[in-house]
Amino acid sequence: MRKLFLLALCCALSWSAQGGEAQPAAADPQLEKRVLEVSQELRCLVCQNQTIADSSAPLAVDLRGQVREKLEQGMTRDQIIDYMVERYGEFVRYRPAMTAKTVLLWFGPALALFIAVVMLVRRLRVRHRAAAPALLTDEERARAAQWLARNDETR
Amino acid sequence: MTTEALPRRPLIVRLILPLALFAALMALLGVGLTLNPREVPSPLIGKPAPGFELPLLQKPDATLSPQQMLGKVWILNVWASWCAACRDEHPLLMELAKARTVALYGLNYKDGREDAIRWLGRYGDPYAASAYDVKGRVGIDYGVYGVPETYVIDKRGVIRYKHIGAVTPEVLERSILPLLATLERDA
Repeated sequence: MRKLFLLALCCALSWSAQGGEAQPAAADPQLEKRVLEVSQELRCLVCQNQTIADSSAPLAVDLRGQVREKLEQGMTRDQIIDYMVERYGEFVRYRPAMTAKTVLLWFGPALALFIAVVMLVRRLRVRHRAAAPALLTDEERARAAQWLARNDETR
Repeated sequence: MTTEALPRRPLIVRLILPLALFAALMALLGVGLTLNPREVPSPLIGKPAPGFELPLLQKPDATLSPQQMLGKVWILNVWASWCAACRDEHPLLMELAKARTVALYGLNYKDGREDAIRWLGRYGDPYAASAYDVKGRVGIDYGVYGVPETYVIDKRGVIRYKHIGAVTPEVLERSILPLLATLERDA
């Protein structure tokens, strides 16, 4: 009886433990949208392959707060990114800037693929030409006929 | 049969060139393996230390600001009681403080005041004073992304060196102490 009572008590109490939806950080969805947009351009330096929009590291939370503050102060997206780059360096840009130094980073793989394809195509064309069957000369034809005849005889 | 022989490219193209390209790629990747992606180079080296005015950890009425430090070489060490690696470098900092080589100041980053004071009480306080950066805003200005971090600042208030992670004896011997000697000689 006691066990049943305890069970009923537990069930009754668990009713109050309801998960609520996470409250939005600000009442302004427009602002939040812009915070997200800018955050997706900034790298989380702790979890380096994530943006601060995706990362749950404490630093990412702080930096999102900074982004929100700067947006409220009226800074533009580029100004905020520059603000972060001033403090954390170019690596904080999630997408590397397009400069003389990073051109190879951006286009390198495509370029390598292009060269590889060109080389492959040329190689295949040469092979194809060389593999075209050469016709027998008359002398070779006669010799072949002889061998075939001899072959039939010895069967 | 008279098939045309496949035109053979010279040996240099078939063998040497791919091998050379491969070796170059391996060299590049090999160097890359020795680099540590966690060590993000700071853009602040050579720039003036960002200004701030923070209350002291143990004396909230007083403040610390880089302005007060002009004219002397000093080290700013970012630490926190929740940071395990800070304990690793702590004995070194205690030694540095005892040797009185340089003015050592702490930046207590995103910590509880009580926890931080208790931590110092427990392990020892090497700092002349610690600034209390509870929100971490000053940390952001200094590009802090993982405590502990250590900055060497010269007499004109310019950041000359930043070390990310716990300070090791090698770093101290090879980088920090020689730099301090050089900076002390400056006007």
